[in-house]
Amino acid sequence: MMKLTLKNNLFVMLIFSVVVLTAPIWLSPIGANYPDLLQKFAIFGIFAIGFNILFGLTGYLSFGHATFLGIGSYSAVWCFKLFSMNVLPGIVMGTVIAGIFAFLIGYVSLRRSGIYFSILTLAFAQMSYSLAYSVLTPITNGETGLQLSSEDPRYLDALFSVEVTEGLPSTNLFGQLMSGYPGFYFCATLLIIGFYISLKIFRSPFGLKLRAIKSNQTRMRYTGFNTRPYLLTAFIISGMYAGLAGSLMAVTDPLAGAERMQWTASGEVVLMTILGGSGTLLGPLFGVTIIKYFENIFSAMNTSTLNEFFSFLPEFLQSIMVSISQHFVGEGWHLTLGALFMLVVIFLPGGVMEGVTLINKHVRLKLGLRYDDPSVAQSEPSGIEAAPASLTDSQKEEKK
Amino acid sequence: MSYILDIQGVNKTFGGLHALSDIQLKIEAGTTHAIIGPNGAGKSTLLNCCIGKLIPDTGSVTFNGMNMIGKKPHEINHAGMVRVFQTPEIFPDLTLLQNVMIPALAKRDGMFSFNPFKSMSREGVIQQEAMQALHDIGLEKSCDQHAGSISRGDKRRLEVAMGLIQKPSLLLLDEPTAGMARHDTNATIDLLKRLTSDGMTKVIIEHDMHVVFSLADTISVLAQGRIIATGSPEEIRNNPKVKEAYLGESEDE
Amino acid sequence: MDVFLIQLLNGLDKGGAYALIALGLTLAFGTLGIVNFAHGALFMLGAFCAVTVQQILTMSVKVRDESITFFEAYKEQPYLEIWWGDTGTAIIDYAVPISILFVIPIMLLIGLALERGLIKHFYKRSHAEQILVTFGLAIVLQEIIRAFFGANPIPTPAPDIVAGSAAIGSFLGLSDNLVYPWWRLIYLAFSSLVIFGVFAFLKFTTFGMVVRAGMADRETVGLLGINVQRKFTIVFGLAAVVAGVAGAMYAPILPPDYHMGMDFLVLSFVVVVVGGMGSLGGAVTAGFLLGILQSFASMNEFKAIFPGIDQIIIYLVAVIVLLVRPRGLMGREGVMED
Repeated sequence: MMKLTLKNNLFVMLIFSVVVLTAPIWLSPIGANYPDLLQKFAIFGIFAIGFNILFGLTGYLSFGHATFLGIGSYSAVWCFKLFSMNVLPGIVMGTVIAGIFAFLIGYVSLRRSGIYFSILTLAFAQMSYSLAYSVLTPITNGETGLQLSSEDPRYLDALFSVEVTEGLPSTNLFGQLMSGYPGFYFCATLLIIGFYISLKIFRSPFGLKLRAIKSNQTRMRYTGFNTRPYLLTAFIISGMYAGLAGSLMAVTDPLAGAERMQWTASGEVVLMTILGGSGTLLGPLFGVTIIKYFENIFSAMNTSTLNEFFSFLPEFLQSIMVSISQHFVGEGWHLTLGALFMLVVIFLPGGVMEGVTLINKHVRLKLGLRYDDPSVAQSEPSGIEAAPASLTDSQKEEKK
Repeated sequence: MSYILDIQGVNKTFGGLHALSDIQLKIEAGTTHAIIGPNGAGKSTLLNCCIGKLIPDTGSVTFNGMNMIGKKPHEINHAGMVRVFQTPEIFPDLTLLQNVMIPALAKRDGMFSFNPFKSMSREGVIQQEAMQALHDIGLEKSCDQHAGSISRGDKRRLEVAMGLIQKPSLLLLDEPTAGMARHDTNATIDLLKRLTSDGMTKVIIEHDMHVVFSLADTISVLAQGRIIATGSPEEIRNNPKVKEAYLGESEDE
Repeated sequence: MDVFLIQLLNGLDKGGAYALIALGLTLAFGTLGIVNFAHGALFMLGAFCAVTVQQILTMSVKVRDESITFFEAYKEQPYLEIWWGDTGTAIIDYAVPISILFVIPIMLLIGLALERGLIKHFYKRSHAEQILVTFGLAIVLQEIIRAFFGANPIPTPAPDIVAGSAAIGSFLGLSDNLVYPWWRLIYLAFSSLVIFGVFAFLKFTTFGMVVRAGMADRETVGLLGINVQRKFTIVFGLAAVVAGVAGAMYAPILPPDYHMGMDFLVLSFVVVVVGGMGSLGGAVTAGFLLGILQSFASMNEFKAIFPGIDQIIIYLVAVIVLLVRPRGLMGREGVMED
């Protein structure tokens, strides 16, 4: 874990901020330095960090987090329509309303744990999705998606007599338009704040208690903790992160559609978190970066780029390679994603972060350095005592 | 005379089977009370009724003058009754130090507290307290190890430390030495004698007569869901009913 | 009354599909302890087996169209028609029923391969990891299908003889206007048959007895010296077959597309949870029950009172059931408590 080497929060935050804010520079060699993609990194980063606070710390696997993403988007767009094109009220509203919904859904779903919790969140997500498409059309504008229009009242903007330009207005932060790099820096700032909060939570007694719940919830109860409020708080916090991410999507592109709430979207954030390494601070961010970057590259590829790529091969090999690999790029990107995901879950359940730890250990051993990492538990079988617990007295009595 | 735990007329049936019938038991403050009995006598059921895991069909459980029936496990914990489990219930993914800090935090923070911005590194007092507890059980060297990776005997000890750090007014020990080798058993007896000399009330459920007679002030014998005798170790040793119950058991087995 | 009957049949029909998928899910969960998010993909694979059989049977060649004489016209004519004339045409017509013959061995093989190659490594891992890996598998399977068959639904008609509707109204002595598609009736009968088949298999064979014992207490059965491992493999294959035939038979009702599995999976999981994890009877009951509920909720009378109720009724019921009866309608104690 990071804690071993980087105990100082300030130091961590300094490095993190520098890395995030200079992303346009160091990402340019791999061609990922254009604002649209950078914004995506930051927004999904916030989403995944929040999801990790729930799943990584408490182990509760929610399959409905995209609901809050969608709610955040809708709220922000409504805020743009009703009040102001300034983004601050928009993201505040998106975050708060998502938090309220997270409270309601979490309050019900957290009555159950394990797979039942996953199914309950999934059920709520599908309900929200269906309703957004059908009955709630006056609020969500159904299949078309919620859009800005020139007839929107925008009371606050009118109050402060913000200049009205021709056509549709753009989102701005006190006049600074939120497209291109300014948009990225805005999202990046929020990502840094979000990361800081997550860091604090991870290193607080609250975070420790959440991890203890993941480890043994029953014991937590007998230790004197009322676990449900803890879980609910974690659920609300992660819902608010999702709401913030959703409203930032609306900031960069003021349009909200129900497909954002589909359960495949929830699956995506699960995927990104696991790929990076759930329960670790940086893992989810790695996951986001990897998935969004390769999505960007792979989905843009087509047969001709593949032909070019394999042009060093003899012709018949080239055509074979192209015909195989074409299924994995472009539209087939999801195939790559699914396969990658399976490989990670099978071979590296701890995600990229586990891989980093393993490589680190390996290298150190090779170099003959001492390496003691407590996170790699040495399980020592201890003879009779470790034999499969036969029915104990208490269990027997309960069975009767 | 003050009784810290007062169990009156507790009945519990499981599908027609009387696990507990009309249990009357008073436990004096500051003593060590052992409950013994053959397998399936209802010892653990009785314990579970006290701790809020099971709700008795009839009867009352009063602890420090408070009714405990229908209370949630965490409420019972905060009332001052703490249980040490038979199969070690620890937090396998946390370090030993964290394992002991959790109950200490429970004692301080109550059932729920939301302080996400307090840093763990500012919890010096709790940390010291936890280190001391680990030192007492001789595990302070492995405080950074994951609790899931230590031996079962160590897990047992760790759990005792987790119970003791909350300074309960009543400690319930569910077969603290079950499955231990003789040498470990003696170590545990020493540990319990050493760490709880300050007048903490203890209820021990145990098979091992050696443990019972070295720790208990009073012994109750449970057989087929009834208390058949209560008295000092000497009285119990010579009680014909008790002998019969245990002989009966040996025939069964 | 007519409307009521039609909705009931609609519900039973849909419920049949839910029940079949839920049955397989429960089999896999109850015996193997595997939460299989790829089960919907197996349903979809079954449907695409039907599509493939149909496409193979209708493989065509361009021939001169004799009926048009004033210029050279060509038409596509299936080989089967050329070779065997009317018999060939009939075979093509019966593509879907014929495909069942292929679906069973193919799905069995796929099921066995999946269990041996992937699932067996996940018995000891957490449910969350099982969900994740099978979710990945589902994505892979559906994307492979998309790569070969495209994204659009592929119409797979039922045989002509049952293409029309049955006049069940006049049959039952009700209104003559009351008609219902034959194929849907057949599907209903078929799904009931499969369900009874599975239950009979579990009830009356030694193998089934072991499986049921395994569902009740897996560890003990393992201790009895029975080769549970091999039985598990077969159970998974069986679950895959049930899902596959359910999908193949559903193809004429809903033209298969690559994501139909996911759509059915989410609902089927809800069905399983409502029925009670690990209870076969619960899965079937809940499947039909929720199918009927959904069908009635889509009646205009209900929609007028609660707009959108048809969209959410199943989820709503699931939420209520889970909160009121944590173990589902027929769930046993101790199954998936945490």
